[in-house]
Amino acid sequence: MAVQKTYEEINEKIRRGEAVVVTAEEVIGIVAEKGIEKAAREIDVVTTGTFGPMCSSGAFINFGHANPRIKMKKVWLNGVEAYGGIAAVDAYIGAAQLPENDPENKVYPGRFTYGGGHVIHDLVAGKEIRLEAIAYGTDCYPNKKVESVITLNDVNEAFLFNPRNAYQNYNCAINLSDRTLYTYMGILKPRVGNASYSTSGQLSPLFNDPHYRTTGIGTRIFLGGGIGYVAWNGTQHHPNVPRSEQGIPLGGAGTLALIGDLKQMDPNWLVGLSYIGYGATMAVGIGIPIPILDEEMLRYAAVRDEDIVCPIVDYSEQYPYNKPMDLGYANFKDLKSGRITINGKEVVTTPQSSYPRARQIANILKEWIKNGKFEITRPVAPLPGADADIVFKSIPPNRG
Amino acid sequence: MKNKIVCHFSAAQADQPIVYHLVKDHDLVVNILKANINPQKEGFLVIEVEGSKKNYEGGLAFLHEVGVTVEPLSETILWDEEICIQCGACASFCPTAALSIERESMLVGFDNTKCVVCGMCLDCCPTRAINLYFEVREAV
Repeated sequence: MAVQKTYEEINEKIRRGEAVVVTAEEVIGIVAEKGIEKAAREIDVVTTGTFGPMCSSGAFINFGHANPRIKMKKVWLNGVEAYGGIAAVDAYIGAAQLPENDPENKVYPGRFTYGGGHVIHDLVAGKEIRLEAIAYGTDCYPNKKVESVITLNDVNEAFLFNPRNAYQNYNCAINLSDRTLYTYMGILKPRVGNASYSTSGQLSPLFNDPHYRTTGIGTRIFLGGGIGYVAWNGTQHHPNVPRSEQGIPLGGAGTLALIGDLKQMDPNWLVGLSYIGYGATMAVGIGIPIPILDEEMLRYAAVRDEDIVCPIVDYSEQYPYNKPMDLGYANFKDLKSGRITINGKEVVTTPQSSYPRARQIANILKEWIKNGKFEITRPVAPLPGADADIVFKSIPPNRG
Repeated sequence: MKNKIVCHFSAAQADQPIVYHLVKDHDLVVNILKANINPQKEGFLVIEVEGSKKNYEGGLAFLHEVGVTVEPLSETILWDEEICIQCGACASFCPTAALSIERESMLVGFDNTKCVVCGMCLDCCPTRAINLYFEVREAV
């Protein structure tokens, strides 16, 4: 008989401390040994994990009011501007924002040693942050300038709101030109000197739920070392792309917008990054539980590195100038081995996403669920799926 | 014996074919790891020198004679495991596999004895977990 479990039944088992929880790595061996049906009966939840650079991340902060009150026009945290174009003492600090006086790429390649992601990391680590704000002054908000030092404890609310995280598949970046490139995929050596990739493969959340059956709006997740939620589909969510027989997208597809209280997060799982010649960003730790409702969910969750491919993309011409090119695909198992073959040439691979940290996240989430600390959630509403008719748009050419 | 040393030289010594003499007269295998010379023609040379004990000592005596200051090279690249997030990007840039990934666990490790202080890892580490501790003295 086919296996059928409800979210509530699985949560009952979690509450009783009886749920069988395994990671997206462990499940592969179990399925190979016991078969889909037996394993689906036994396993209740599969945990996933990913820890990599995710530029589209940031935090909303409410600082509380100064005396006299201020309607902040511009706000800086440790010299990094936070967006202040919302209510008086609310601001949004973006992970990729740079300090006002950063030399950027004026001396190429720039170092980008500090940015918004580093501010968020420092906040979560409990460090003191320099707050500066200016305003034009109104009758209700007369203050024109604030300069103070704050910590995460001093602010009313601070919550992460990441518009695009957990990209379902990503490019494998190479460089066909004769000069070194400095990109968000790291350093790309000339003449296909290396191939850079960024995904945790078989551990990656959306590879384990390729059709977003159990991951949707409202899904409770591991975010930045604390508990977060899926808020919406992420920006550039494009689920209707070519997929493998198993439903794995052959290129960038689904994305998630995530939200969570920064005050319960951990600096180990929100780390500021500096990409030489490119900019500053933040590594975000994400783990999503996959409830095994039936055999189909287990089949998805048992995806292996060798079942996953990502498109090889040239970052000298193809990516920056949108030039059509077909360079084939790289298999994730090969990428992880350290070498892939491109046009008969053996190429060293450069990971950008941390596989050991992804594994750690899947294990932490597993422990949370086993200990009854974390229950699974039925999505409040689904994300647009593979049958959506989303058209990927671009900015129209200059219409001056 | 085999050793990594830093040779500091002033403008007066910069014109001399030091490496040539180490190889030719003292039968040493010299591998240049890093070299830097400023516009005033002062600079330093990081070399790995290999040869018999007698030749090695002869080579050092020669350097001393021509006025080159020699210091041992040690603990130059420091990998901070606390800051490292184990992405592994550095390993693909390390020419000697001093920084490498253990493929089963995908964990990054650093073997200082294999490091030739080329500095490639410094630029590609996004967390800046790798630092160069390299005291360059003023040339004498």
